[in-house]
Amino acid sequence: MKAVNKVDGRAFPLGLKNVDTDVIIPAHYLKTISRIGLGKGAFETIRAQPGNVFDDPEYAGAPIIIAGDNFGCGSSREHAAWALNDMGVEAVIAPSFSDIFSGNAFKNGIVTVVLPQEAVDRLLEVAKTDPIHIDLENKVVTTPYQDRFAFEIDDFRRNCLMNGLDEIGLTLANADRISAHERTLAQSQPWLVPVAA
Amino acid sequence: MATKPRTLYDKIWDAHVVDQRDDGTCLIYIDRHLVHEVTSPQAFEGLRVAGRKVRRPDLTLAVPDHNLPTTARVDAAGSRLPIADVESAQQLAALESNAPSFGIKYIGATDREQGIVHVVGPEQGFSLPGTTIVCGDSHTACHGGIGALAFGIGTSEVEHVLATQTLQLKQSKTMEIRVEGTLGFGVSPKDVILAIIGKIGAAGGTGYVIEYTGSVFRDMSVEGRLTVSNMSIEGGARAGLVAPDDKTFAYLKGRPMAPKGEQWDQAVAYWRSLATDPGATYDKVVTLDAADIAPSLTWGTSPEDVVPITGVVPDPMSFADPSKQAAAQKSLDYMGLVPGQRMQDIEVQHIFIGSCTNSRIEDLRAAAAVAKGRKVAANIKQALVVPGSGLVKAQAESEGLDKIFIEAGFEWREPGCSMCLAMNPDKVPPGERCASTSNRNFVGRQGPGSRTHLVSPAMAAAAAVTGRLTDVRELMA
Ligand code: SF4
Repeated sequence: MKAVNKVDGRAFPLGLKNVDTDVIIPAHYLKTISRIGLGKGAFETIRAQPGNVFDDPEYAGAPIIIAGDNFGCGSSREHAAWALNDMGVEAVIAPSFSDIFSGNAFKNGIVTVVLPQEAVDRLLEVAKTDPIHIDLENKVVTTPYQDRFAFEIDDFRRNCLMNGLDEIGLTLANADRISAHERTLAQSQPWLVPVAA
Repeated sequence: MATKPRTLYDKIWDAHVVDQRDDGTCLIYIDRHLVHEVTSPQAFEGLRVAGRKVRRPDLTLAVPDHNLPTTARVDAAGSRLPIADVESAQQLAALESNAPSFGIKYIGATDREQGIVHVVGPEQGFSLPGTTIVCGDSHTACHGGIGALAFGIGTSEVEHVLATQTLQLKQSKTMEIRVEGTLGFGVSPKDVILAIIGKIGAAGGTGYVIEYTGSVFRDMSVEGRLTVSNMSIEGGARAGLVAPDDKTFAYLKGRPMAPKGEQWDQAVAYWRSLATDPGATYDKVVTLDAADIAPSLTWGTSPEDVVPITGVVPDPMSFADPSKQAAAQKSLDYMGLVPGQRMQDIEVQHIFIGSCTNSRIEDLRAAAAVAKGRKVAANIKQALVVPGSGLVKAQAESEGLDKIFIEAGFEWREPGCSMCLAMNPDKVPPGERCASTSNRNFVGRQGPGSRTHLVSPAMAAAAAVTGRLTDVRELMA
């Protein structure tokens, strides 16, 4: 997974509360075979509205979404994180996130930044005209106007994001132990390797 | 120092811990990974994107089942027939190309060994006692019937297992479900598990791994144990277990992927050592008396909504819990039933004999024994018999079971998940009712608006020939 130290750029000033996984990616995109390409279905219902932020050329290709409370609520579908990834979103700023979504986002290298509503309101304002800067190393969000909002993030997750470690990468860091277990098994339970049929 | 007595679950768990974190999370080694077309495409894609390999392709087995139509797969000339649903076809094609490109053994749609993953695993001797088995399907608990610790996982875990052959897990609590006595006439393993879920509730096993003990399970065939363990998840438990014994060994011996020769003897000696030690304790114990279990079925939209066939549709107000009262009322509205209605008066339009719960040879024999010499009732629109695998199908045909079913008016299909989950063309239309040997009676499970009554194979056959839910004992007398 790509290492993320900072996310820099324009942000979609979405602002909505309770953006659920059905809004992020509607159910009819679920019978897919790829996590790539889901971006085209992302926020389909919002995009159906004229003048929506996602189709505004001002924000084209923005790597950040700023939203209201409880972002990512609803089903556990990992497709929501895949869809954001596919549309190039690297971070979401909101006052709160659903647990399952933030877990899925983390697994897919997306930074979830929790800030108080006042800070989010200020960032929504700035985002209309200027870029936002998320500094993961120093745990702070800044703007070109001297705004400075510190945020908290689990050290384990921050470390993983900054080093580009996904869960599989972390487990593979333990590959020696896995190999040792396999060597023991080959001795104690040799029948575990299936007979080639 | 004497070691602390351990349960079957503890022994399997302990033998698979690769590493332990401070918070108690363990890295658990996975001995067997079954892969099907629905939950695997994005996992393979993830590997490809990250440039990773499958760590142990030799411990992985892929077979399509969920999306495959159960109608003929080849034409008269032997050419593969196309699959009409574009997305199903894509998922199936993805598995067909992913498996070989990652070096995984693949049983194809037209191979004799093809079937439902949970039927194929034990049948091929791929699933073995004392192993950890995972699959991206919640009914993986099935393999617990041969004494394996088996559970369902999601797509990102599928990718994790493919890449690392391990999973991060926390140890579960243990629950003993003991059923002593002798099952009455016409009472099958399906009735036993329905009665158990009716007793503990659909969330009763949450956080637990169940071990089924007592004379009923000792006397039960391996096929029956697979049926019981399969539905552990419907009682909320992540996995179920039956201690492996001589019946298990006899069932597995000589299977294509089972150990052979000296290794077989070594394996059996090890498997014998897995049984729960005398004096080991479980976190919870539930007991049932075999004599109290009747042929059973569901009336609602949760697998805990169980009554004996001689019973009536319950009054929602009879439940103590107000949230259950509301849920029961909603279920009855959905099911189109009224309190007090006799279960045996309920007409059905569809019959489904199949699914990983009840599609093994013994299930088909039990259904055929009822169907023999009888005719599917006029009000039945469709009666499907879907063997769990090509080998089950071949065995049934060699015993003439297919003829019995066809003469009675059933359709005899190709193996697959079929009407268990409405992902392939086999569906129950809205508002219509199905006596089904599958494992879930959720809203819309067999198709939007479908109404499901979970029953045993013999009860499904009985419903087919009378056109209504029926006490199979009356037909067998
Ligand atoms: S038969 Fe049903 S429960 Fe079993 S594997 Fe197929 S879909 Fe899952």
